[in-house]
Amino acid sequence: MTTAPLKRTPLNEVHRAFGAKMVDFGGWDMPVQYTGLIDEHNTVRNAVGLFDVSHMGEIEIRGPEAAKLTDFVTTNAVSKLKHGQAQYSGLLYEHGGFVDDILVHKVADDSFFICVNASNQEKDFEHIVGVSGDFECEVEFASGKYAQLAIQGPKALETAQQLTETPLAGIRYYWFTDGMFAGVPARIARTGYTGEDGFEVYVAPDVAADVWKAIMEAGKPAGIKPCGLGARNTLRLESKMALYGHEIGASISPLEADLGWIVKFDKGEFIGRDALVKQKQAGLKRKLTGFEMRGRGIGRDGYEVTIGGQPAGWVTSGSPAPTLNRNIGLCYLPLERAKPGEKIEIVVRNQAVEAETVPTPFYKRPQ
Amino acid sequence: MNYPESYRYTKEHEWVSLAGDTATVGITFHAQEELGDIVYVDLPKPGAQLAKGDSFGSVESVKAVSDIYAPVGGEVLEANELLTSSPEKLNEDPHEAAWLIKIRVSDPNEFNNLLSAADYQTYVGAES
Repeated sequence: MTTAPLKRTPLNEVHRAFGAKMVDFGGWDMPVQYTGLIDEHNTVRNAVGLFDVSHMGEIEIRGPEAAKLTDFVTTNAVSKLKHGQAQYSGLLYEHGGFVDDILVHKVADDSFFICVNASNQEKDFEHIVGVSGDFECEVEFASGKYAQLAIQGPKALETAQQLTETPLAGIRYYWFTDGMFAGVPARIARTGYTGEDGFEVYVAPDVAADVWKAIMEAGKPAGIKPCGLGARNTLRLESKMALYGHEIGASISPLEADLGWIVKFDKGEFIGRDALVKQKQAGLKRKLTGFEMRGRGIGRDGYEVTIGGQPAGWVTSGSPAPTLNRNIGLCYLPLERAKPGEKIEIVVRNQAVEAETVPTPFYKRPQ
Repeated sequence: MNYPESYRYTKEHEWVSLAGDTATVGITFHAQEELGDIVYVDLPKPGAQLAKGDSFGSVESVKAVSDIYAPVGGEVLEANELLTSSPEKLNEDPHEAAWLIKIRVSDPNEFNNLLSAADYQTYVGAES
């Protein structure tokens, strides 16, 4: 067996120059941390942090029936989107499990821009192309055209505004606009994966390093720091945002993952709909639930969950929560137990440690 | 980073210093740097018997948990209580104040056969 060389984003050299610790993240050579995970996490909660998320993939669907195809392959209602609006959605198999979780952006009536997970991008593209024959539109694997930088935190707005004449305060959460940013054409979306206010900026790969430096410079007064995937993970977990391969995957449906809100049954036919209808009629067997450790220990991804010593489920993500100063996690539990206030145990290295189910999200930003 | 010349090191990133038959064991600067922010340290109780290579505890960071292995065998004399209340000290001072355990060594040759500071640094350099 040969090992493929790690893929690199256009910012690889920049990360190394900033002293990042690099790791293999799903085949990508990515920064896991710079100054330290907790420091970076807190910087995003209190000021502003900059992430390279150029490993994320992009798929573009264009043509007279682009909206129809996008609607058919995703769970959320594409018809509800206005120009310049984005929506979180699911790409499902016929059996109702996730191919991926995605962000659908409506660029125009006949043009959709979809941001997908790095390690799923080829699979997502094949999945969409596989059913696109009946629709009058083209599907482009567009990942090579974009680098993506995430500016996240309460001071993201004042930082990003210095680099564009587009009034960013006018872009609402989950809306986007195309405009000049740091002197280059960009797609500027008010989206993120941290639970804070912020922007995700898409630019051409060859200018990504210049844009990164411009953002770092503009963010200096606000105390900006480069942030790695380690902090990105704790930030998203506190905000209960799903991570593919953890909370969601091919064997998990959006209903089980507590993502029923991205499934619009009344919008008409879409891939996976029949399976979800059946699942709903039969009743869910398990559901994603938040927990907090009560005993000493951290429930980590993959650890078994027991109730009164009997197997009950598994942990999908678990970590100390730097903002909350508690050890938190998400797990799958039988439906009747999937509510706050249940006493459960997490099997931490062969030892059952007490935990309790709690309401989610664990963290919500002050409005 | 300063890796004391008088210490010996392992490829599992532990260090050992020896005074008489008492070995002090810790994890290296490189190890704590790889682990990131440390939140828990689990250590054995005094009196525990360890053979070289035994897992005797764990160090848990925000990201992950790692086992620690005995670089030399013997009886555990003391575990560093500082790390129960202040695990983050392991990030700040891994080669001195944040030692993990003291062991009464049964075979001093186990110490002598470990890596020198220079060899360990070469090993870490080659690994990264």
